[in-house]
Amino acid sequence: MPVPEIDYGTPAVSSDRTVTLTVDGEKIAVPEGTSIMRAAMQRGVVIPRLCATDSLAAFGSCRLCLVEIGGRAGTLASCTTPVAEGMVVHTETERLRRLRRGVMELYASDHPREWLSDPKLAGNELFQMAAAVGLREIRYPEDVTTHLAKPKDESNPYFTFDPARCIVCSRCVRACAEIQGTYALTVAGRGFASRIVASEDDGFLASECVSCGACVQACPTSALVEKSVIEQGMPEHSVVTTCAYCGVGCSFKAEIKGEQVVRMVPWKEGQANHGHSCVKGRFAWGYALHPDRILEPMVRARITDPWCKVSWEEAIAHAAAELKRIQAAYGRSAVGGITSSRCTNEETFLVQKLVRAAFGNNNVDTCARVCHSPTGYGLKTTFGTSAGTQDFDSVDHADVIIVMGANPTDGHPVFASRMKRRLQDGAKLIVIDPRCIDLVRTPHVEAAFHLPLRPGTNVAMLNALAHVVVTEGLEDEAFIEERCDPEAYAEWRAFVAGPHNSPEVVEPFTTVPAALVRQAARLYATGGNGAIYYGLGVTEHSQGSTAVMALANLAMATGNIGRPGVGVNPLRGQNNVQGSCDMGSFPHELSGYRHISETATRRIFEERWGVTLDPEPGLRIPNMFDAALEGSFKGLYIQGEDIVQSDPDTRHVTAGLSAMECVIVQDLFLNETAQFAHVFLPGSSFLEKDGTFTNAERRIQLVRRVVAPRARYADWEATVLLSNALGYPMHYGHASEIMAEIAATTPTFAGVSFAKLERLGSVQWPCNDAAPAGTPVMHIGKFVRGQGQFVVTEYLPTEEKVGPHFPLLLTTGRILSQYNVGTQTRRTPNSLWHEEDRLEIHPHDAEERGIRDGEWVRLESRAGATALRALITERVAPGVVYTTFHHPDTQTNVVTTEYSDWATNCPEYKVTAVQVSPANGPSEWQQSYRALGECARRIAEPAPAK
Amino acid sequence: MTDDPRGWAARVRVIVAGQESKPDRLLPVLRAMQQEFGHVPREAVAEIATALNLSRAEVHGTLSFYQDLSEEPRGRHVLRLCRAEACQAMGAAGLAEAALARHGLAWGETAADGSLTVEPAYCLGLCSCSPSALFDEEPVGRLDAATLDRLFAGAAAS
Repeated sequence: MPVPEIDYGTPAVSSDRTVTLTVDGEKIAVPEGTSIMRAAMQRGVVIPRLCATDSLAAFGSCRLCLVEIGGRAGTLASCTTPVAEGMVVHTETERLRRLRRGVMELYASDHPREWLSDPKLAGNELFQMAAAVGLREIRYPEDVTTHLAKPKDESNPYFTFDPARCIVCSRCVRACAEIQGTYALTVAGRGFASRIVASEDDGFLASECVSCGACVQACPTSALVEKSVIEQGMPEHSVVTTCAYCGVGCSFKAEIKGEQVVRMVPWKEGQANHGHSCVKGRFAWGYALHPDRILEPMVRARITDPWCKVSWEEAIAHAAAELKRIQAAYGRSAVGGITSSRCTNEETFLVQKLVRAAFGNNNVDTCARVCHSPTGYGLKTTFGTSAGTQDFDSVDHADVIIVMGANPTDGHPVFASRMKRRLQDGAKLIVIDPRCIDLVRTPHVEAAFHLPLRPGTNVAMLNALAHVVVTEGLEDEAFIEERCDPEAYAEWRAFVAGPHNSPEVVEPFTTVPAALVRQAARLYATGGNGAIYYGLGVTEHSQGSTAVMALANLAMATGNIGRPGVGVNPLRGQNNVQGSCDMGSFPHELSGYRHISETATRRIFEERWGVTLDPEPGLRIPNMFDAALEGSFKGLYIQGEDIVQSDPDTRHVTAGLSAMECVIVQDLFLNETAQFAHVFLPGSSFLEKDGTFTNAERRIQLVRRVVAPRARYADWEATVLLSNALGYPMHYGHASEIMAEIAATTPTFAGVSFAKLERLGSVQWPCNDAAPAGTPVMHIGKFVRGQGQFVVTEYLPTEEKVGPHFPLLLTTGRILSQYNVGTQTRRTPNSLWHEEDRLEIHPHDAEERGIRDGEWVRLESRAGATALRALITERVAPGVVYTTFHHPDTQTNVVTTEYSDWATNCPEYKVTAVQVSPANGPSEWQQSYRALGECARRIAEPAPAK
Repeated sequence: MTDDPRGWAARVRVIVAGQESKPDRLLPVLRAMQQEFGHVPREAVAEIATALNLSRAEVHGTLSFYQDLSEEPRGRHVLRLCRAEACQAMGAAGLAEAALARHGLAWGETAADGSLTVEPAYCLGLCSCSPSALFDEEPVGRLDAATLDRLFAGAAAS
């Protein structure tokens, strides 16, 4: 059965006042401002409509929803007419029936007659409304040819627009504007000639459309429809689950026919996305069915050998034997594991348990090391919790928004749409980013300030903003006195007020005019609720943790913590970065961010797990490679992370992996890291398992199994098998039992259970006896750590400096259609939008080097060189170049260096001194790496039977 | 920056800079372009969108809606013949068809010498003087074949 969804016709209204009216003789009480249409639906009275749906503001164009109101002349559109006290509404009268039939007849008049009786269109609202108003005959001539002859637009890979089926109700146009905020669609022409077009009638693919699919979802006539529905037919049942792309954590209905997913439709009740989605979540799930999926376990003795397919039993036995052999030969600490921010909380928890309990060491780390580890450190130090402070809904209450080192329209599109709506309603925006991201200026949204600082000067910039706040007397003194540690505050204040932090003094290295910085600081401090959203442009620096703390200082100094509309919020890159960190994936921390050296915490796990835990932290990812090269680290279990592509200084990573004796990769595909692996365990996609993901707002949501695991086991089941084979049996029948163990051992998760998630839809941790339904906004009234801790954040320039050999600064980011290292999105039609990584370079720098748009360039740092095509643009400032890292052929991380955050080792991806020069094609490294890849991916044919 | 050989984009920037900063500047900008170039070239749409921070779709939607605005170049003169009810009742249809036939033009077409474009209009508010027309900005009432021929000839001569 499909999961039922009720369309109330117009959006919900919140009001303190209730109005009572009568609809068809029934008394109904609704909030003041509610439409008659919505009020009627509350009692199950469906008023016919075509242009109305509850995700869009009432429009009143289709004239099908007319009602009669006692004491008022004429008929009124129920979608645009608000309820009034004592109003008496009649939704079905002879007059209304006649009017509606007449309107419907006009709609139907320029559509082929047979459509009205085509059973294939039964799910179509046009068809349903024709039936609802009792339309049987059409008196108008049938020879009208306006839109019927128009060709279909099939340019978008995921959906089709058939103008013949369109009634120009403009729901798609409004969805694009109101929900997505892109304004890519319009009604062109007028009268009979009016029709829906994308941009200037460019076709959807070439237009401004970002393929979010909101228009497809809003279309009542199947003029806009998913190609998968055309190919497979309408789905029969659905399962609500959570998207596995970015940290927004959109809730989806996976709609299925038989055992095939037909489409993903964002779920209206989803508390993170409220029924919206982006091109990745809605459309780019085809990778799960891609022929590149490896569905059988494989082993090989040497990485130069071809792979050999084996049974699960054999693969697990081999892996366990190798790990045991290595530990016997090189010591207990010679092996480790890496958890994935792409996997579920339950899977992540099990991998770290495997390492700590079965391997008997703490050599476990997570891919969050390379993205948001400074967030964990910085926010824990200042506020007491390693997480963002707000829920996404909080942005509706923000008055001034700072976006720093993040590109929400590409990286977190659903949240960006939300933010754009708030900005159009009057909130002010400050963008701090070296690059001119879309939010700086995009239709109907314009930043009040863009501070295009030079990469690597975040801390100087944040100190300068704080300097203005304290020296111009803009602090929230009452908040600071009540909530923060006075000594730490006094020390920080004296530091930041120092003349070396003034905008004028830092201007030469940030390159941002001091006057702009001063104005931005004043706006943030005095403009009402100030909310900070930041991304990897803040964390992935040698001073990443310092910058996070500088943001926290700024928020505390201005009293912008502890209520809706304010806060400090990391935009998490991956679906479960928050969760993987929460689950004890770091070598020094058990779940809930409790240090491994705390005896009482260790005791909880020791008793439950029946082992003795090592009180010393284990190796971090970069240290694992160092140890491998020294010869003391020989075996690694990697679940769902492609470290060869995603970690910095690729050549060091590959050298480290090559020095190991047993690398176990568990993944959907033979990824880049698998080239260095000895055991391959097939992974399961998010559609194939049960579990939970925790999004950027600490929201824990259920991932539900939609189809059976294609390779027999969910990822957590494979971990259980490996643990059992190692002689440490694990006993779980279902992922919910793992969550029960997490709840029993982790105070912030104490109140979490699958049953509660089923009941409430989601909860935001901390969820325990004090907050049984979770905590949307943190630090209300009091910081988790007690008093807010100001931290002195001295700016230290990175050692990565430009010079005569490497005069440009490279920074990196991502693009809407691709996701991270592209393992998934490259295996979908999303590559139509971004088939390769390009190097963005300013026209001035390009001209100086004789580089032309679209030509190959060599990108070289002291770490290595790669080559890619140039894109000449003024989005980047002179002296700065930018690229994405979605394609393995580019190998962007060959160029990035070993520098990392002082506190957490998070790599300094965002600043690399480089030189760019014209090139003829791929670099030597790319060519030899490609050859290696071809060799390392060979799979042996099964031996002929003897 | 895209190529701008005819200076349209540059002109858009000047026109926009001369406008008061109001939310609804699109129509005044489109009218100014129409007045200056006789049409709003498609090449200028992106620049108008950028200058006003609108989407190209929004500009295109508005531009294609209004009959006073055109995306294609028109003749040096524009003759708009009313075809609404009152004028039809006074024989406008036959009059117009005959005049178009005499001069070898169809609705919406521009004369080969670029002198004149003839377009239909649906009520010019001159019903009391039906059949009526608009020659460039000038209203013309009580049209007959002779007046129409004079308008065609006048257009060709200037």
